Amino acid sequence: MELQTVKFYQTGTFTVGNRLLAEDERSVQANMDRTNSLNSGHRACQGCGEALGARYAIDAAMRATNGELIAVNATGCLEVFSTPYPETSWKIPWIHSLFGNAAAVASGVAAAMRVKGTPGVRVVAQGGDGGTTDIGFGCLSGMFERNDDVLYICYDNEAYMNTGVQRSSATPPAARTATTPAVGREPGNVFGTGKNVPLIAMAHSIPYVATASVANLRDLERKVAKAMEIAGARYVHIHVPCPLGWGSLPADTIKVARLAVESGLFPLFEAEYGEITGRTPIRRKVPVTDYLRLQKRFAHLFNVAGEGRVAQIQAIADRNIAKFGLLEEARTHG
Amino acid sequence: MFQVRIHGRGGQGVVSGAEMLSVAAFVEGRFAQAFPSFGSERMGAPVMAFCRIDLKEIRLREPVLEPDAVIIQDPTLLHQVDLFQGLRDRGYILINSTRSFEDLGLNDFTRGFSRRRLCNVPATEIAMKHVGRAVPNVPLLGAFAAVSGQIRIESVVAAIREKFPPALAQKNVAAATEAYALVQSTRETADA
Amino acid sequence: MLKQIEGSRAVAEAVARCRPEVICAYPITPQTHIVEGLGEMVKSGELANCEFINVESEFAALSVAIGASAAGARAYTATASQGLLFMAEAVYNAAGLGLPIVMTIGNRAIGAPINIWNDHSDSMSMRDAGWIQLYAETNQEALDLHIQAFRLAEELSCPVMVCMDGFILTHAYDRVDVPTQEDVDAFLPPFEPRQVLDVADPVSMGAMVGPEAFTEVRYLAHHKQLRALKLIPQLSAAFQARFGRFSGGLVKPYRTDDAETIIVALGSVNGTIQEVVDEMRDAGTKIGSLGICSFRPFPLAQVREVLQHAKRVVVIEKCLAVGLGGIVSDGVRNALSGIVLKGHTVIAGLGGRAITRAALRQLFQDAGNDELEQLTFLDLDADLIQFELEREARARRSGPTAEAILRRVGTVASQVA
Repeated sequence: MELQTVKFYQTGTFTVGNRLLAEDERSVQANMDRTNSLNSGHRACQGCGEALGARYAIDAAMRATNGELIAVNATGCLEVFSTPYPETSWKIPWIHSLFGNAAAVASGVAAAMRVKGTPGVRVVAQGGDGGTTDIGFGCLSGMFERNDDVLYICYDNEAYMNTGVQRSSATPPAARTATTPAVGREPGNVFGTGKNVPLIAMAHSIPYVATASVANLRDLERKVAKAMEIAGARYVHIHVPCPLGWGSLPADTIKVARLAVESGLFPLFEAEYGEITGRTPIRRKVPVTDYLRLQKRFAHLFNVAGEGRVAQIQAIADRNIAKFGLLEEARTHG
Repeated sequence: MFQVRIHGRGGQGVVSGAEMLSVAAFVEGRFAQAFPSFGSERMGAPVMAFCRIDLKEIRLREPVLEPDAVIIQDPTLLHQVDLFQGLRDRGYILINSTRSFEDLGLNDFTRGFSRRRLCNVPATEIAMKHVGRAVPNVPLLGAFAAVSGQIRIESVVAAIREKFPPALAQKNVAAATEAYALVQSTRETADA
Repeated sequence: MLKQIEGSRAVAEAVARCRPEVICAYPITPQTHIVEGLGEMVKSGELANCEFINVESEFAALSVAIGASAAGARAYTATASQGLLFMAEAVYNAAGLGLPIVMTIGNRAIGAPINIWNDHSDSMSMRDAGWIQLYAETNQEALDLHIQAFRLAEELSCPVMVCMDGFILTHAYDRVDVPTQEDVDAFLPPFEPRQVLDVADPVSMGAMVGPEAFTEVRYLAHHKQLRALKLIPQLSAAFQARFGRFSGGLVKPYRTDDAETIIVALGSVNGTIQEVVDEMRDAGTKIGSLGICSFRPFPLAQVREVLQHAKRVVVIEKCLAVGLGGIVSDGVRNALSGIVLKGHTVIAGLGGRAITRAALRQLFQDAGNDELEQLTFLDLDADLIQFELEREARARRSGPTAEAILRRVGTVASQVA
């Protein structure tokens, strides 16, 4: 009799429909009664990290608020692909105003809920990195400073994707975009620039800041749910690969996101009132090249001239690992 | 219509003086309009404020170019700014100064004026005495009531009470009434 | 109740009686006293059930108002000049979304050169954004228009700008009649939104609209303002019935019945114009004036009706269409389409320059004698212009214009007017 080799994968309790977990620990997506806040039929690209992240995040927020949630959306990919006239894929109250004012509009909605006597209705503002770290930065800071009761979610795909992949202040060093082309002496985005909004959010001493990734959707849900238990200004920054803009395969979205986390380039942590309260340690450290190689936006680093710059990127990852203690034993708050 | 122009420097209460004057007229059932004219606000810069008083609604919105009365809160403006521009020759002039019109070098200018309409008042000193601050606007209002008869001192007092919290209002009322009495007695002396 | 208070204070008290639910503003001269007054009323509890939010920019101010209004709250803000420009994107957004926000504009010039004094360039810059624009002639009218504005905005689902001259009105103490809360409540019902973010009945607001429907959406916005042409007079009539005085409306003719010359203007300068009209009428001149209160929608039919029999029309504008001339004149010419009469545009009062009776008297006499150009800048210092043009012609590196002129003009503080 021929023996057939069967590969057996231990995938953990988080698969198989979460059946091994208690009900309230299961993913929102495992629940047949979930809101589907961002319903199917939207026009996102195949493999869109933002659509995935938004679906998980908003459904988690809806569960946490018993369905009493209003969403404010900045202009960008999410807004455009979710509301192609005359359709909308949003099942919840949703408003799109402008590119740079999501945080301020959300502050206004929150104020209205207070004055109308319905403070149980919570508000989430969402925008891409462009709308958050650049053009919406002033309003974001204002919302933080006032400690308005708003959860701001930034879906960071590291460039202005909807307009054709232009560089934002969230674009990582060396990345090729339409406005940081891979030509000249320093191809791609320039080193020494960029803005770390999670750290800036922490500098405002707001009640809760967290980074998350579509590589770890349960962690993302947990963080959003936790944020919804807190009143005041909260910020969750989600790393969402964009296959089109990054030049990665649509099927690789979660893999690419995981490599960003495991290389140390995208640290996962939580902070309250300006102090780090928890971080997710790296289980299996990978060199940054594993991550970079899967994306065409970094392809120019792998020619003759690129080596030094890969080393610089590795140095950034190493600094993050040191700064956040990503290779130490798990330490969480409480 | 009676038009007043007040000159002073930023920080001397020129604008609130005009406002209080308008409230005093209002208290007497008349229409009044008070508004400022200033450059970028800073202490010490020349400032003007205007007040119009009338028995009917005031529609005019230009600055007071032909004042019936000029109140000068700061005599250091005297030879810097054309304070008397447009002043009608039967106009009133009140100056915040211990020095007489002659000592201030204004005798030539005021030659054709009725002496009863000219008045120098030690407003800063009176303010310092009662309120402890060198803001001469309130005593000048008391003096204006006395010299012009356009408003009653009771109305000035009412305006003061509306503007200031009680303790401060009391001190300002004292300052205004002292200036009023001072001018009244000077006139009586002059008449005698 | 009669009060002698600052125009800004009058507006604050009027707005407070309209039961606003969310007030947010960013400071800018000359609206600061309005918002400070409201903030104090909220903090002390005098204005209850109202959220007062200190925002970090004018863009944020109107954005907060957009969110609040979309969520069903009666929202109010105030700005001027640079602030209005800074929120320009949100101004168009609010109108496009159909949110009944009321905003006070303390009319102020727009720089460069920076200027804090009154003219209409700010609100004029937003004249086509889709907001209803009402211009107050007096502080009483400014107060009254805010009360009418909330009702107008909410009935039409269209934001309304109430414009009042900075400093001239905002900082002037005037006698005003401040209505009671009961009277305002009877005139202005609670806000019932046409569209609202409601968890019980979710909707998406702010969709992208392409070529297939954009024109229709824009036409509907225009149609809304055409409906306002009817609603504005109805509201001012209702206001008069409740409060006992006429305020607002589309236009206010003054002694125009047999006038040969009619002066057209917006805002507070109408008061001074009426004084001169009276003087000249006493001297036998057939002159009248027309104040336009509703600039958007522009009351074409009403303007035509008043002006059509005049021999000449002089439009006095506190704004300038650089490279063209008049802005208000455009509307007036439009209204007079097909009618032949002499039309003059006079640019006056820019950057807070006083418009005096004397200057107006001369102007109107010149008009009457047909000695007025089609476009005039009132009280323009021709020598100064000549000086500057010659200076610039002499050297390429002639330096900043404004500074050179100011050096020549000398110390402003030493002049009265």
